[in-house]
Amino acid sequence: MVQPLENINKSAEKVIEIKGLSKSFGSIHVLRKVHLDLYRGENLVVLGRSGTGKSVLIKIIVGLLMPDSGEVLVNGQYVDKISYQELLDLRLKVGFSFQNSALYDSMTVRENLEFPLVRNQRNLSKKEVDLAVEEVLDAVGLLQTMNQMPSELSGGQRKRVGIARTLILRPEIMLYDEPTAGLDPITCLDINSLINEVQERYRTSSIVITHDLTCAKQVGNRVAILLNGKFERQGTFDEVFLTKDEEVKPFYDYNFIQ
Amino acid sequence: MKNNNESLVAVKTAEFTGWFTNVFLTLYDVGLFIIRFFREGFLPPYEIKELIRQCYNIGYRSLLLISTTGLITGLVFTKQSRPSLSEFGATSWLPSLVAIALLRTLAPLLTGLIAAGKVGSSIGAELGSMRVTEQIDAMEVSACNPFKFLVTTRVIASSITIPILTFYTALMGMAGAFLNVNLSEGTSYTEFFQSALEQITFLDITASTIKSIIFGFTIGIVGCYQGYNSSKGTEGVGKAANSAVVIGMFLIFLEEVISVQFFAIFRGI
Repeated sequence: MVQPLENINKSAEKVIEIKGLSKSFGSIHVLRKVHLDLYRGENLVVLGRSGTGKSVLIKIIVGLLMPDSGEVLVNGQYVDKISYQELLDLRLKVGFSFQNSALYDSMTVRENLEFPLVRNQRNLSKKEVDLAVEEVLDAVGLLQTMNQMPSELSGGQRKRVGIARTLILRPEIMLYDEPTAGLDPITCLDINSLINEVQERYRTSSIVITHDLTCAKQVGNRVAILLNGKFERQGTFDEVFLTKDEEVKPFYDYNFIQ
Repeated sequence: MKNNNESLVAVKTAEFTGWFTNVFLTLYDVGLFIIRFFREGFLPPYEIKELIRQCYNIGYRSLLLISTTGLITGLVFTKQSRPSLSEFGATSWLPSLVAIALLRTLAPLLTGLIAAGKVGSSIGAELGSMRVTEQIDAMEVSACNPFKFLVTTRVIASSITIPILTFYTALMGMAGAFLNVNLSEGTSYTEFFQSALEQITFLDITASTIKSIIFGFTIGIVGCYQGYNSSKGTEGVGKAANSAVVIGMFLIFLEEVISVQFFAIFRGI
């Protein structure tokens, strides 16, 4: 069922390797022996219906959830077999943008960005921290919101600040959980552009979880569809969607015909 | 009929066993939570800024409620005790009676209960909503230690500020008692406090301090445990806040009974 990955440079280094990953919650089998690779420098879009385990997958990658079976390697390290300190070191290389941004609502935008930086690089001077904060806020185009509280920001601005907070640690891999969910079409396009800018400027490899095919088409070098707990189809956008497959067609029809 | 009874007994036994197992699993989990607090709370790096902010939140923001409660308790306690003492012509003992009652039991217990309601629920709800909105997960994935930042600071802050609030409550209670005695008998400020303080021993102060530190620790740990481990959803936040208050108050009463028995040994009672 899995389509050949003709357009992917197979000699490229794999930054994430998922082999035979299974995860259940009680009697509900969410992921069933899933296989997936993320190559250095690519944006991989993961599509799938609600409740198919897309968010569970990326939470396992950062060690927020543990797999029932299978292997998850990030930069060659087994996520579920390393020590807590090694996991913390690994997490510095993996940025995670949450669906609801998960900004610390008792802190200003500046404090939100400073929080991970000062706790992971304690030798930085105040000036260096300020510079780093300004740089990432500028990168997401929100320099003017520095002293605002998260509650004063719009949905799109919160997403951008959430992305900026992950970028401040200079991650090699970015995981975006529904980056365009709940946003208007224009803001969605802005966020899609931002994801591409991040890939280009920070040389990141990314997994983007989404339902939004416009997002998938604009940001994805490769698309993988999670169906029935497995990645049934992988390939470029056209390879995956120029199909008569009854399980895949509804995604395309809903997004582009409606 | 016999079979029905037997199956009912089997079901009830299974329910009881399940409940009992759950209680022990929760106690085990709480034990691990407390061990983690001691393991991480006193090792660097320290979250001093957050600790000061929490001390301010727990202490300063409770002052109005604590002041009112302390003042009214002292005033009412003195007024209610007066008739009984005057029957024996012992109204001159009022200041020392109030001082001992306040310092040994009323101030720590009142402060503990008020803090369990105000501080415990606030910690439970705050951490619960942070869990639900994935803010705690966001700290985890950015390689920060949410336990150190959120739990240890709050538990240490409540263990520091509750004893201070306890002595403040006692002071406000004494002020209330003085108000009553002064208005009824015209006793001077110096006379009242000399009489009140001469019965206070070092053991009273030590016992009160230790007790209120334990109360503060209990309020902090219970609030944090409930909030930090709250289930997903807004219902979970409500449950966390509610459980923090109910369990906190229950434990404070239990600790009060145990501490009274314990310090009675030193008093030779």
